[in-house]
Amino acid sequence: MVQQLTTGERQNALVILLAVFVVGVAMAAAGGSDPLGVHGVIVLLFGGGLGALVMRSYYEPEPTLDRPSHYYDDPIKAGIALTLAWAIFGMFMGVWTAAQLAWPDLAFDAGWSTFGRLRPTHTTGVIFGFGGNALIATSFHVVQRTSRARLAGQVSPWFVLLGFNLFCILAVTGYFMGVTQSKEYAEAEWYADLWLVVVWVTYFVLFLRTIARRKEPHIYVANWYYMAFIVVVAILHIVNNLALPVSLGQAKSYTIWAGVQDSMVQWWYGHNAVAFFLTAGFLAMLYYYLPVRAQRPIFSYRLSILSFWGITFFYMWAGSHHLHYTALPHWVQNLGMTFSVMLLVPSWASAGNALLTLNGAWQKVRDDATLRFIFVAVVFYGLSTFEGSFLAIRPVNALSHYTDWTVGHVHAGALGWVAFITFGSIYTLVPSLWKRERMFSPVLVEVHFWLAVAGTLIYVFAMWNSGILQGLMWRTYTQEGTLAYSFLDSLVAMYPYYIARAFGGLLFLLGAIVAAYNIWMTVRAVPASIDRRTDVPDTGLAPGAAATPAE
Amino acid sequence: MAELFHRKLERTAIGFVIAIIAAASVGGLVEIAPLFTIKQTVEEAPDMRVYTPLELAGRNIYIREGCYACHSQMIRTLRDEVERYGPYSLAVESKYDRPMLWGSKRTGPDLARVGGKYSDFWHVAHLTNPRDVVPESNMPAYRFLARTALDTDDLGRHLQAQRALGVPYTDAMIANAAGDAFGQAAPDSPFAAGVTERYGEKTQVSAFDGVATQLTEMDALVAYLQVLGRLTDAPYSNTAAPEQAPDPTN
Repeated sequence: MVQQLTTGERQNALVILLAVFVVGVAMAAAGGSDPLGVHGVIVLLFGGGLGALVMRSYYEPEPTLDRPSHYYDDPIKAGIALTLAWAIFGMFMGVWTAAQLAWPDLAFDAGWSTFGRLRPTHTTGVIFGFGGNALIATSFHVVQRTSRARLAGQVSPWFVLLGFNLFCILAVTGYFMGVTQSKEYAEAEWYADLWLVVVWVTYFVLFLRTIARRKEPHIYVANWYYMAFIVVVAILHIVNNLALPVSLGQAKSYTIWAGVQDSMVQWWYGHNAVAFFLTAGFLAMLYYYLPVRAQRPIFSYRLSILSFWGITFFYMWAGSHHLHYTALPHWVQNLGMTFSVMLLVPSWASAGNALLTLNGAWQKVRDDATLRFIFVAVVFYGLSTFEGSFLAIRPVNALSHYTDWTVGHVHAGALGWVAFITFGSIYTLVPSLWKRERMFSPVLVEVHFWLAVAGTLIYVFAMWNSGILQGLMWRTYTQEGTLAYSFLDSLVAMYPYYIARAFGGLLFLLGAIVAAYNIWMTVRAVPASIDRRTDVPDTGLAPGAAATPAE
Repeated sequence: MAELFHRKLERTAIGFVIAIIAAASVGGLVEIAPLFTIKQTVEEAPDMRVYTPLELAGRNIYIREGCYACHSQMIRTLRDEVERYGPYSLAVESKYDRPMLWGSKRTGPDLARVGGKYSDFWHVAHLTNPRDVVPESNMPAYRFLARTALDTDDLGRHLQAQRALGVPYTDAMIANAAGDAFGQAAPDSPFAAGVTERYGEKTQVSAFDGVATQLTEMDALVAYLQVLGRLTDAPYSNTAAPEQAPDPTN
């Protein structure tokens, strides 16, 4: 990685890492025994460790002069490795927390291992660790190939990737220590949030500058989604996390939003983290890796436009459907419900566009497990967006809210859509990125596929059952007009489903481990074969050499 | 025509980004900004009091331990919820809550009105090992709270930060934060009187975890749980019927 940098760039990297190190020292000094101090130590070790890595290769020969005529793939490779590492960590934490609901003593009588502290390590691990790294890695890949231009920076892609991972590490280690804002999917405290802003602005500038270098007149649709993902997540993150720290030496802060306003801000953020992190970003993957893998152009350009702007506009209204029948004013609830239902149109436009792209290539879907990952992702995208609109309807929500049905819905999206499209994209990307002729073992891709399908179905069906059962038990009345079941009755009824859910999650985790092994062996053991000359940026020297999917 | 325009738009990165920001901003602005300007959004409740330092510390423990992941604090306007948990929650009840803890999942029951429902002793036993009290429970055990001393040194700073954000803590409350935290859990100590003086006669002063000499995190958490739903009487005087009555026959 360092070999690709010139001496000047190595110096820049060292300056940045030194700055990180100094900030770490300052945090450790100011924090002392507060968790902020522990995080300071982590930050200084992170900066110092990477600095040592750069120093070790500092005097190695500089890159050759033809560097601009190659794509910048090293950060993508590291990003994929990090994606897989976080997948295994995050899914393991998911299985553990799921098991704790069935067997509560699996917390082993310690503070750090109780359900409440582990749960955000799972959600952050999979959403930001697994999903975020996959988004950053694939965005670097897609933007270069579709623009036929090298990334517009040498150090900044590393800064974005590693800086983002530092954020994830601070977040997750914080939860174990009890550092949390308690804002769902935004639990990290103020200093980690500030750091993410720095990283994200760099990401935005890097992405935009790369787009500006493009050799194509039009910006490809996948990049629209990546841009929406980057820009809107920045807005959401900043607004939701505005907070006042108790002091500069303490991790604890108080959010500037209170009560009912905070509820709206939190779910405006929460639902649009789903929209722009877990939907827009992964639709970007879909719009590139689907046509590449299926060797077919996207079915409809007009549908792409309709669904993109529909999603960008409608989603931002939908957050209040998390607050039906609460103390949030009725008119906001109704707006949220209305826009959630309308969202089905752009959502299904995307899903339909993808399925119609596959129409005519069904034999490939049958034979190629990688394309089947993408196909199943689209099906689950269609299903879970339908379910989402359905659950947003007030009377339906009266039953489903607070129950496991919501959890099942989220996992239909997170496992069925997000993880499937990610693995489909990674299996497409890995051989071409490492210039290998194929994956190490197509059989293992097949094994992963069926583990993942079985795991997702078991999980989702268990949660549908438990959620609907729970909701019905809570509202069932006896003939005499009294509540028929105590809360405890409903909990006892959940145990079989909690066990089934943990098992489904375990299958999904096993699949991810199989994937990591298969990818590791592909890099190590499969002979290089793809001709490098066709996969290069357009520098004006080799005209029209790169392949881009048609619109 | 529309397609022609989009063909132009997608040739300019900056234009495209501005269009995204414009399209994405509307929803949030329309739904969030009026919550600050429309007066009826948060009800009037003159008797609403702020958290005592001990309750606030307990609330921070509740947050730290992620209790909100399994317990909601928001009774919806549905008949079965009102009958199960008590009067439905009002916006005013969480007007000092930063952040709000309405929650999104009930693996355990709602806690919006749990204050006063059980004794301190029950809460301590339950938190120490839930299965001693409720054999079928799947809640984690929180034994370590009783053996962890509560850090009171910085409570004044916490109150000060809250005041900077608009919570009406007085200078006296901030100056006496640590003493009030101790006093609320030590009824026979000279510090106890200051708590009721500053936070009202209704404030519960008791040796929450049963040991008055040492202030632990257990004291704080139980003090917080005991005040849930009792900061104001407004929900009890709200006579509006729940919004939806489910059909008793199903």
